Amino acid sequence: MQLESMHFKRNAARALADATLQANLRKFGAAGLAALRAKAVEEFGAQAFDTLRTAGAEIRDRALAELDAYIERFEQEATRRGATVLYAETGAEACNLVLEICGRHGIKKAVKSKSMLSEEANLNEVLVAAGVVPIETDLGEYIIQLAEEPPSHIIAPAVHKSKGEVADLFARSHRKPPKTDIPQMTREAREVLRQHFLTADLGISGGNFLIAETGSGVIVTNEGNGRMVTTLPRVHICVTGIEKVIPTLEDFATLLRLLTRSATGQAISSYVSMFTGPRSPYDREGPQHMYFVLVDGGRTSLVGTDLEPMLRCIRCGACMNHCPVYRAVGGHAYGWVYPGPMGAVLTPSYVGLENALDLPNASTLCNQCGVVCPVRIPLPDLMRNLREREVERGLRPKSEILALRMWSWLAQRPWLYALATRWAARALRLRAGGAKRLRKLPLAGKEWTLGRDFPAPQGATFRELYARRRSSS
Amino acid sequence: MRVGLFVTCLVDLMRPSIGFAAVKLLEAAGCTVYVPPTQTCCGQPGYNSGDRKSALALAEKVLAEFEACDYLVAPSGSCAGMIRTHYPDLFRGEAFLLDRIGRLAERTYELCDFLVNVVQVERVPGTFGGTITYHDSCSGLRELGVKNQPRRLLRAVDGLTLTEMAECEQCCGFGGTFAVKFGSVSAAIADRKCENIEASGADAVVLGDLGCMLNIEGRLRRRGNEKMKVLHVAEVLAGEAGD
Repeated sequence: MQLESMHFKRNAARALADATLQANLRKFGAAGLAALRAKAVEEFGAQAFDTLRTAGAEIRDRALAELDAYIERFEQEATRRGATVLYAETGAEACNLVLEICGRHGIKKAVKSKSMLSEEANLNEVLVAAGVVPIETDLGEYIIQLAEEPPSHIIAPAVHKSKGEVADLFARSHRKPPKTDIPQMTREAREVLRQHFLTADLGISGGNFLIAETGSGVIVTNEGNGRMVTTLPRVHICVTGIEKVIPTLEDFATLLRLLTRSATGQAISSYVSMFTGPRSPYDREGPQHMYFVLVDGGRTSLVGTDLEPMLRCIRCGACMNHCPVYRAVGGHAYGWVYPGPMGAVLTPSYVGLENALDLPNASTLCNQCGVVCPVRIPLPDLMRNLREREVERGLRPKSEILALRMWSWLAQRPWLYALATRWAARALRLRAGGAKRLRKLPLAGKEWTLGRDFPAPQGATFRELYARRRSSS
Repeated sequence: MRVGLFVTCLVDLMRPSIGFAAVKLLEAAGCTVYVPPTQTCCGQPGYNSGDRKSALALAEKVLAEFEACDYLVAPSGSCAGMIRTHYPDLFRGEAFLLDRIGRLAERTYELCDFLVNVVQVERVPGTFGGTITYHDSCSGLRELGVKNQPRRLLRAVDGLTLTEMAECEQCCGFGGTFAVKFGSVSAAIADRKCENIEASGADAVVLGDLGCMLNIEGRLRRRGNEKMKVLHVAEVLAGEAGD
């Protein structure tokens, strides 16, 4: 997907000015998913869920601590069961591997279930250019593929669209009269997609987890399209990140409990599909050829750094569902595959800090994300860490650094500070006049007064009033 | 019990009445209040903007000013949270100071938390005629667990009725320097908070952090709401909320 992350501010402004988008964001969206999670956590028991979160974080840490060993084990087990495991350092390499497989098996059409990695790698564009037709079959992904838009949420990619917009899109794309009722619309999409399932030579899926002890990939879906993608076509490729590997099936059971509750508030998703090798002589269905394309894409660069906890991420989307910034501007403003707090850490890590300067700063550090994260990723700490790197690398505006340093310099000199604050308290008070508030501030304050008044100070500082009171008593 | 009051830079500059309300509450609870006259800022702006060095210099200053007190109390979950939960991280490279910082951090409290859990006050001096709704500021809530403490104290205020707004734990959009780096996003988040406050039917929104107060009040006024009062919990508890 096209990288737009350096333009967060401009894109956020656009999102705020887009009345349709704002209405869609408010309708159900992220806040709705957050409410479903809250209910599920309550039913599970808040304390028990917290214990489960700790267990989830430990599993992910254990896997990451010996990532190479677990990947090796995964490869051995997957290979033993007839699958082929391939590795790509970059998204572009992953695309090449997929194209080679397409060439080897004479692939003309690929049905896809959700894979965020294929978004990272721009796989669809590469396939089209090579003459392979990719069809997204997850309903949300299908909608945005028709609309030629990137996803705006990792599990609800079309959450920014209204029913009416989808109805128009379907009417245009399917050349049928527009429907008004959601079940009718989904039936229409099913009918179109069914033909594609039956005529595709290749299924491309993502992978929520890779299980080292059995060499299996797992996907968690609600529509059943994932099962069709991984069983109907004669070739199946699972494209995912190398960090998705976990040691055992037992670990998977724990993480699954966390994932579905955190994502959609479900105790379990409608489908949990595990794929272990291609069709065996005893199987009635399944692909004849099965590949895993495991992509680094910047992941190993986080190992051993302060940002390593980010690799625990199990892609539930809870961080964005609870993020006040995401809720206000939606996912597209973040300008790359991963929006919200997870994107604020992943995007600069994978595409370069200099290409996503705003993202780590575009957070109030309210820590809603941190307290809901199923694997306890301290997202605000990681964003703060990236802010420090920006300062260290001289990537912040000079005026901002100057202002911070001047503030600190002044605040280290109490008597000078007292003079300056006394003056400021009086000047602002005077300027505000009877209204007791300012409608416009100069310099850095300009941003404040774009959408807010600035309440005026009371006119004297606490320290001077307190000293006066002490000396008079 | 000698309590060092960290008045916070925002209260000092913008709304000293909150500082005096805090003094009144602490003294009413039997504490000896000490206000270090050289205090300025806890260093949070630098810390959250990636400039550890400038944060560290101010943190050392706070340590020197408050170390001799039995407790450090601030009328702010944000500044108390900075000292209690982030100073240990800030000083992780300074082995020599880490112990002393740790001891200061564990004796640092947000005002309501201190009144309820340390001095265990049951009664407060304030009276208030009307209905209020409480906004949970992020740092107080999620770093220090300040949730029931202010509500418990507010219920002890004569004449006050407490009503809960929707999404009271959602961020107001302030976020320190965030509010001036991304002004319109910040204001859009504040807008949602204002809607929830207005829908609650309260006469006043009460909260424990001046940053959030300025943000919420500023947005309410810009929306044309001149009536809703925005009050610090210390002002209400101390009976200093009148205009």
